[in-house]
Amino acid sequence: MISWLKNNRFLISRRISQIGILLLFYVSVHFDWKVGGVEILEGNLSSSTFLGIIPLADPFAALQILFTGHSLFTETLLGAGIILVFYALVGGRSFCSWVCPMNIVTDSSLKLRNWLKIPSAIQISRRVRYYILALALILSALTGVAAFEWISPISMLQRELIFGMKLGWVAAAMIFLFDLFGQRGGWCGHLCPLGAFYSIPGKMSLIRIQFNQDPCTKCGDCHRICPEPQVLNLRRIGEESMVSSGNCTNCGRCVTVCPEDCFQFSFRTKK
Amino acid sequence: MAKTSSRRDFFIRVGQVSTASIVGGALWGHVLVESKANAFALRPPGALPEKDFLATCIKCGQCVDACPYETLSLTKVGEDGEIGVPHFTAREIPCYMCEDVPCARSCPTGALDREIEINDSRMGLAVLIDQEACIAFQGLRCEVCYRQCPLIDKALTINYRPQERTGKHAFFEPVVHSDVCTGCGMCEQVCILEESAIRILPHKLAQGKLGSNYRLGWKEKTKISNFKDSSPEKTKEERQQESNEMLNNALDSLNDMGTLYD
Ligand code: SF4
Ligand code: SF4
Ligand code: SF4
Ligand code: SF4
Repeated sequence: MISWLKNNRFLISRRISQIGILLLFYVSVHFDWKVGGVEILEGNLSSSTFLGIIPLADPFAALQILFTGHSLFTETLLGAGIILVFYALVGGRSFCSWVCPMNIVTDSSLKLRNWLKIPSAIQISRRVRYYILALALILSALTGVAAFEWISPISMLQRELIFGMKLGWVAAAMIFLFDLFGQRGGWCGHLCPLGAFYSIPGKMSLIRIQFNQDPCTKCGDCHRICPEPQVLNLRRIGEESMVSSGNCTNCGRCVTVCPEDCFQFSFRTKK
Repeated sequence: MAKTSSRRDFFIRVGQVSTASIVGGALWGHVLVESKANAFALRPPGALPEKDFLATCIKCGQCVDACPYETLSLTKVGEDGEIGVPHFTAREIPCYMCEDVPCARSCPTGALDREIEINDSRMGLAVLIDQEACIAFQGLRCEVCYRQCPLIDKALTINYRPQERTGKHAFFEPVVHSDVCTGCGMCEQVCILEESAIRILPHKLAQGKLGSNYRLGWKEKTKISNFKDSSPEKTKEERQQESNEMLNNALDSLNDMGTLYD
């Protein structure tokens, strides 16, 4: 039991964080839950007000709105800036592992897929998400609406989890099936433009996975469990003694799986 | 040899990527354009013109959260209309026109105008859409919508028309005034019929517009008059005096002309 807890400590904390954030939104909306007279977190993941005063906003959504040629209140821009700086510090795609509710869906799909040993039916390059990201901005400018926000399965899911569910779960189900029968890690690892967006500030993140190459036996366990295995190029991370890629989601799977304890969370080493 | 084939690969790659982007982009764009099509949705008070509203709203639901009456909701997947943006259904829960407009005040993006005065908001326009169903037009007393209107006697008035059938009664017909009606929907909500006879429609469906070539003489008399420097700022007395002067001048000149015939 203790060792199970220890081995899954990051997984458990990640789920607590993901569900906890949704729950904070949920109680603010449905129970007017207040602490010291202010609602803790009003709104949803697209934009919110924290403690009745601090604005927060999804920087990618705000960027798309700016691309439609509309201006935004300073409050939204400030909120987007706060989030951007936050993720630039803790690792851009920490959003994926620690906040995004779709991650729970894709992780479960991956679990089931590994268990059933389903082979990948298609091969999409990991670069495609950056094309989709660019396309989202171009289409926002051309059509005059925030292009990804209008079809984002992540937004649909989180919005309906917070404000009341109708068919938003269908969006999640489609991603689940795509990841199950289509490509392994298909959505988060290859298509999602939001993850791609967060990988950019993630490049300069302070919190990084440190890698100590001396005890490493090159068994490949880390590679097999990482949702973005291309970031674990053992030669490169050995030279840099950390996982420097912006696509590392700081999920901590490598930390717990490595039998030689080569990985640990730490701050970026000066280079 | 290897060089030409890698160049060939490169061009094939470029071709694949651009084809995929164009096809994908066209499909995606089509979905976006098609999805902007619910003509009937009513937006919270202070909403920008529909096109700008749809572009600016970040779909955060803070307006929904702020409304004390649970009037607003973010359109869910599977409901009619643009997914994720706020709307309300007047027949279910209308807007109760809060004086402090908490919904608009809480909008972080500017999709709702924070400065809006609730009486200046235009969520839509009430239209008495079916006179054959409205019992007031059958000669029965109702006035329920009229009594409920928060801008009673301004946005909604009663037109009294003699009842010819009985010869001694009157019709009490509700009449909406588009220059005052905010489209809050309280009339639609309370209409006693099974299906409301009075409904809120978005302005682009419900509102007419007088061409700029028309001048309503009795309202804008001064604009079309021949008086040289009369302007609407002048008081009635001033205008009266002015016209008296002109009349005198005219009489004078007629009198002067009289000498011609002497
Ligand atoms: S890649 Fe996209 S869907 Fe996946 S966890 Fe990150 S933001 Fe969420
Ligand atoms: S004015 Fe009041 S009742 Fe009307 S939508 Fe806004 S918060 Fe709700
Ligand atoms: S508060 Fe503003 S941005 Fe948020 S959902 Fe309402 S209208 Fe849209
Ligand atoms: S409440 Fe309905 S039936 Fe009664 S006067 Fe108004 S529109 Fe007519």
